Order: sequence, then C-alpha cells, then structure tokens
Amino acid sequence: MFLIRCPWCGERDVSDFSYGGEAHIARPADSDAMSDSAWADYVFLRTNPKGVHAERWNHQAGCRRWFNMLRNTATDDILAVYKMGETPPQVSANLPATPSGEAAIGSGNDAAKVMTTEEGRGEGGGK
Amino acid sequence: MQRYGILSLIREGLRGHTGWEPAWRFPEPKPRYDAVIIGGGGHGLATAYYLAKEHGLTDIAVIEKGWIGGGNAGRNTTIIRSNYLYDESAAIYDHALQLWKTLGRELDFNIMMSHRGVLNLAHDEGELRQLKRRVEANRLNGVDAEWLEPEDVKAFCPPISISPTLRYPVLGATLQRSGGTNRHDAVVWGYARAADALGVDIIQQCEVTNILSEGGAVTGIETTKGTIATPKVASVTAGHTSVIAAMLGLKLPIESHPLQAMVSEPIKPVMPCVVMSSAVHVYVSQSDKGELVIGAGIDPHLSYTQRGSFDIVEHQMAAMVELLPFTSRLRFMRQWGGIVDVCPDASPVISKTRIKGFYVNGGWGTGGWKATPGSGHVFADLIANDEPNAIAAPFALERFVSGALVAEHGAAAVAH
Ligand SMILES: Cc1cc2nc3c(=O)[nH]c(=O)nc-3n(C[C@H](O)[C@H](O)[C@H](O)COP(=O)(O)OP(=O)(O)OC[C@H]3O[C@@H](n4cnc5c(N)ncnc54)[C@H](O)[C@@H]3O)c2cc1C
Ligand SMILES: [Zn+2]
Repeated sequence: MFLIRCPWCGERDVSDFSYGGEAHIARPADSDAMSDSAWADYVFLRTNPKGVHAERWNHQAGCRRWFNMLRNTATDDILAVYKMGETPPQVSANLPATPSGEAAIGSGNDAAKVMTTEEGRGEGGGK
Repeated sequence: MQRYGILSLIREGLRGHTGWEPAWRFPEPKPRYDAVIIGGGGHGLATAYYLAKEHGLTDIAVIEKGWIGGGNAGRNTTIIRSNYLYDESAAIYDHALQLWKTLGRELDFNIMMSHRGVLNLAHDEGELRQLKRRVEANRLNGVDAEWLEPEDVKAFCPPISISPTLRYPVLGATLQRSGGTNRHDAVVWGYARAADALGVDIIQQCEVTNILSEGGAVTGIETTKGTIATPKVASVTAGHTSVIAAMLGLKLPIESHPLQAMVSEPIKPVMPCVVMSSAVHVYVSQSDKGELVIGAGIDPHLSYTQRGSFDIVEHQMAAMVELLPFTSRLRFMRQWGGIVDVCPDASPVISKTRIKGFYVNGGWGTGGWKATPGSGHVFADLIANDEPNAIAAPFALERFVSGALVAEHGAAAVAH
C-alpha cells in the first residue's frame, strides 16, 4: 500500500486512484501502414521493469484528473509525479543490486533475498 | 532414490530416524549443461523432471535465486480445476488434471492431492447462462463438469446459504468433482527429489543475472555463482519473466502484479469443497489443518513488492463475510503476497523466441498452479524438440501478432 500525491488534491491513499498502465506509449500516427507485429508491440508488449516505471494514474475518487508518475516497482517508492504530456524527470532510485534481486529496504520480500556475502551488495544495497 | 512408505516409516521409527537420506543434493554448478532452467518453482522443477524422464536430458540444471518453492509455488491457494471455456485451455489444464491424479504415486511423494470438488457459484441470470454454457463446452471437451441447482449446491456444500432473499442469491453452480487442492510444498519437493534422482542439478541461492547469446543463439548464462555455458535456456520465473526476457532484449506481453492470500485460525471442518464466486469475488477452501484459505484479487498496478495493498484485504474480507456470514467471527492469522505474471488474454505463454535456444514459460498469472504438471510436461517437449506439441502450440508468442488470443478472462470465472 502507498500514498500518492495528486498534483491537484495532495496526498491520498492509493485506493483513491485508478491505474492507467505504462505511460508514454504514443498511439501510432500512421496506423494504416502498420505491420501486425508493430500493432502487437503497441497493443500488447510492455516493459514491465523491476525498477523505475513511468505510469499513468487517474485520481478517480477525487478530482478525476490524469497524471504521470515514476515509481520504483522494486520498492513502491514514488519518485516523481508530473503532468500528462511532460517528459519524465531525472530521478535516482534504490534499486536491487542484481536484476531479479531485492532492494535493501521496501521490497516486501526480506525472506527471499539472495543470501550473498558483502560483494553481493551493490550500489543499491547499503543497509 | 530411497522409497517412502509404511515399511520405511516403521523401520526408521524403530531406529530413531537416523537412516533418512537427504531428498536432493546441493551441488555446485558445473561449467556446462545441455540445458538450464531458470526458476525452481513448481513449473520449473516439473519441466526438469519431464526433460530427464521423458527426453533423457539429464545433464541439466535448475537455477533458483532463493529456495525452491519460495515463489508463487509456496504462496498460492492451490485450487485445481480444468473447467475452462476454450478448447485450447481445456486441453492444457485437463492434461494437468489427469497428471495430478497419479502424480503422488509417480513421484513416490504424498502430494496430499484432494479431489474434493470445485463449485463456481452463479448469482445472477447472466452468470447463470454463462456458467451453464461453460458446463456444456467442458463436456464437449471431455472435461468433468456438472450443473447443480440451488438445493444440490446446499447438499454438496452446507455452509452456503441458498436463501432467495440474499443480496447475491445462489441461483446454481457448476461442479467439477475432480477439481480440488493439494499441498504446494509436497509438489515442489516431490518433483525436486525425483528430478535430482535422475541426475538434474538443483542449484539454490543462485540468481541468473544475464543470458549470453551469439549470432541470435543462446550460449550461456551468468549467475551469482559464475558463468555456465549452455545451448538452451528455459525461463520459468513467473513474476520475473519480463526481467529475464529483458536480458536478451525481448519485450513480452506480460505485466507483474502482487496477488495476496490469507488464512484464518484453524477451525473444525466446515468447508467440504472449494467454493468460488466471481460476482462476490471469493475463492475459499479449508486446509487439512483447519484454516480457511482465502485468495484475494491482484493490485491493479504492476509491482515486484511481494506484499500487496491493504484495501485489497479489506475488499476481500467484505466479500467473504457477504458470502459466508459465519466467517465474520474468525480471526485471521497470516496474509502474504506473491508476484503474478499477467498476460492480456489471461492465458500463458509457452513459447520459443526469436533467440534460438531461449524458451519462455510464463504469463500464468493468478491461476498457474493447477497447470503445474501439464505445463512442465509440454514445456519439456518444446525444449527437447525445439517445436511445440499440439497442446503447447496455441500458447506461442505469435498469437499476439496473429490475434489468435485464448481470451479466458470472462470465461475463467474468478481468476483462479
Ligand atoms: C496468492 C496467490 C494465490 C494463487 N492461487 C492459485 C490457485 O488457487 N490456483 C492456481 O492454479 N494458481 C494460483 N496462483 C498462481 C500460481 O501460484 C502460479 O501461477 C504458479 O505457481 C507459477 O509457477 P511456479 O510455481 O513455477 O512459480 P514460482 O514458484 O514463482 O517460481 C518461479 C521461481 O523463479 C525464481 N527466479 C526469478 N528470477 C530468477 C533469477 N533471475 N534467477 C534464478 N531464479 C529466479 C523465483 O525465485 C521463483 O522461485 C496463485 C498465486 C498467488 C501469488
Ligand atoms: Zn486529485
């Protein structure tokens, strides 16, 4: 669970909001000329990163306006909230040291952290 | 492999349990394998077992970043059924159901398979028609399915109220008698022990950090325990499928979401079967220990944090009390989450990829446990022959280009 700061209404519980999926997927302009695989890419393929994710949210139980957000999907840390149409700001995130690893704090999965020695704790590690 | 049974139990009981052998080894990775399976959940271990047993591929390894069965295998509510609407789904889920029936004997491991029956309740006219249609579709596919009128529902599962004045009256239900539940750990351990006995190396506490390829073909993997050369890499990593595919620059039609489940304090037997209701959104069964095992819905946003949102738990409790009012006085003991890999058509991906030697089995979402033996069986076939068999073929990635989706969303009732 987390709190989201709506750019218009302020901080509210996540249950106030509805999720609108990955952000910055532009509708293809020349759709008549598109191949089936380009369509598949647009309609179905998603980056689904374990790390920083740009996504759309709607403040459904509030102002009902859309906005973008950067969130670290490995910890649910919200890194930035910005308006539709804007480019995502530069952020730094507490990332897992390895691609499928768990961040030091906030992964919700302490039990399953890979039991490596010191050298396993990379940049994002540091307790 | 040491056989388990009443005689070995008596013998070991008499000599202080000193003769039990470890169920599997803890080997260090070898520098090369014929094939490497990433992910030691139910599906990964089943894949390894069938590769070794049916295709003679024994110089293979299962690489698991945590401990085997610590992912969704160890977090799911183990509801097993095969009453899906479409032919493609019926084929794979029923293939699995048939394998479940004899799996305990085959693996020499008591997987506590209980064919206690699965009810899917209908609460309105639309749902009633849709579920009746599903029963007929199931029968045409040879899948065991029956329609129960409200009195029969009551007789089969007494705690369900069939009073017509309920807010969500029970108008009837489908019943799959061969559906049920089993013991998740036992399935994982049974497959691991049998695969190990056939020579499969099960390497735990080892994360795959990169997949190596050359000229469009897989050549090996990098792990936290070093580099391993192999011509075949099979990803069976559930919630982490996209992370693994990204190592080869592949994007998939999969998104990862937290899914929660919870158990009540243990009570005397009250639930004789599995009950699922999509209108109220409840799926519940009772474990052998007496706990009510309840699954919730997914968090709508994608996330890799294995906990899930609190409002989902609140919704779940409200739904549970609506359907089974007696549960309002129960205390809940534990809640947990797993990361499920959801495909847009609610069907799995069992597929080759454009990288030669890289195979993907994922996208099972909220309902892949029931498929474990079938999934491993057909995936082993795909890895060994480099071609999908008839059951696996419809689940190839090409369906997202051709449009031949296996859209089980509406048809699968509650998501499990
Ligand atoms: C709460 C909940 C309830 C569910 N209820 C049901 C149900 O009632 N019925 C049903 O049919 N299904 C259910 N499911 C779905 C089912 O659990 C999954 O579809 C199924 O278990 C997935 O296959 P698996 O067992 O192989 O996955 P997992 O057990 O998740 O195995 C994947 C493994 O890959 C490992 N891994 C990931 N990345 C790496 C890496 N880089 N290197 C090495 N290893 C890696 C993980 O550690 C993990 O052990 C439920 C799921 C959840 C979370
Ligand atoms: Zn707002």
